[in-house]
Amino acid sequence: MTKTIKHHLTDALLMGYATGSLPEAFNLVVASHISLCDDCRARLAGYEAVGGAVLDVTTPCEMDTDSLAKTLRLIGQTPQEQKIPAPPSPGLFPAPLRDYVGGDIDAVRWRPVGGRVRQAILPTSRMASVRLLHIPAGVAVPDHGHNGLELTLVLQGAFEDGQDHFGPGDIEIAAEDLQHTPVAAPGRDCICLAATDAPLRFSGLLPRLAQPFLRI
Amino acid sequence: TENETPDARWMQLVERIRDTRDEAAFAEVFGHFAPRVKAFLMKSGAEAPLAEECTQEVMATLWHKAHLFDPERASVATWVFTIARNRRIDALRRQKRPAPQDLPWGPEHTPDPVEVTALQQESAQLAKALSVLPETQRTLIERAYFGDLSHSEIAAETGLPLGTIKSRIRLALNRLRHEMSK
Ligand SMILES: [Zn+2]
Ligand SMILES: [Zn+2]
Repeated sequence: MTKTIKHHLTDALLMGYATGSLPEAFNLVVASHISLCDDCRARLAGYEAVGGAVLDVTTPCEMDTDSLAKTLRLIGQTPQEQKIPAPPSPGLFPAPLRDYVGGDIDAVRWRPVGGRVRQAILPTSRMASVRLLHIPAGVAVPDHGHNGLELTLVLQGAFEDGQDHFGPGDIEIAAEDLQHTPVAAPGRDCICLAATDAPLRFSGLLPRLAQPFLRI
Repeated sequence: TENETPDARWMQLVERIRDTRDEAAFAEVFGHFAPRVKAFLMKSGAEAPLAEECTQEVMATLWHKAHLFDPERASVATWVFTIARNRRIDALRRQKRPAPQDLPWGPEHTPDPVEVTALQQESAQLAKALSVLPETQRTLIERAYFGDLSHSEIAAETGLPLGTIKSRIRLALNRLRHEMSK
């Protein structure tokens, strides 16, 4: 997978993930992409190394006098963990996404959103939302703009957006200024994971009326 | 030796915690990192009692996960930072934090000492580069890591030499993938 990925995370998103300042919904998309992409994994490790350096030069604080003893007691209360991470189980979803869905693709509870597109909203904190989208091959997502930031990670199939092609593992980052109509490529249905921190702005009247019900 | 970085010491101690449950080794690691983790959490907005409690949990996690530490991919300071950051997101922001799928160790993955030393030296250089940054820039980076800047406020151009450390880690990942496919 990692060799065919052409569209990656930005430095700002990787640093945001490293510093822990992204909303949960974005963290899920970032963690899912990193699960598939060693380039971004290595870039993230670079930003985490900065965190290590910042921690190391921080002026230390006074600890409580019994702090070490309490910590050793805490250690004694928890059974030793010897678990080595399991090899990735075969399936479509990377591990962090599987955790949110409670399984792989067959565990998703899809809801229709019109135009044969289906979605499943995943539970996260309210600062941003994240959903799985199932777009039949050749079908377009309604034309829309963005009030905030939208991250879309392709898991299966592909979509075209203007000149750009996004295949499995690719991530599209759509900011406020982008008005677009992603279209699922012919051949295979497109399944992607999309997070946004603001409601989308649809151009057509009908989707706008439907918006409160669909929570897009 | 002259190439010895402080992290080489921390790494040996973590190995002793992992291999022999050595409480003296733990006490030494605790003595250095716990007061820094507590400071980090307080600068991130935690009151002293909460920061104290979370620090104890972070240090207990270090003990329990010592076998998962890979010195080819992170320095001990970096590893402790990630544990503390995750605890902060949990406790202060009350969010779940999805983590990337971890790469399983190949059955015979033993970190390459040459690569480990190189990573430690690059981590030390990064820390040095951070310390000589202009005051305003360094403060901004520190604030970002204390969780004081939103993601849209983070200007990714930090002026930090991340290039070498990044390619070092890329190399380690390639090695690991190679071992896994054997
Ligand atoms: Zn990537
Ligand atoms: Zn969009």
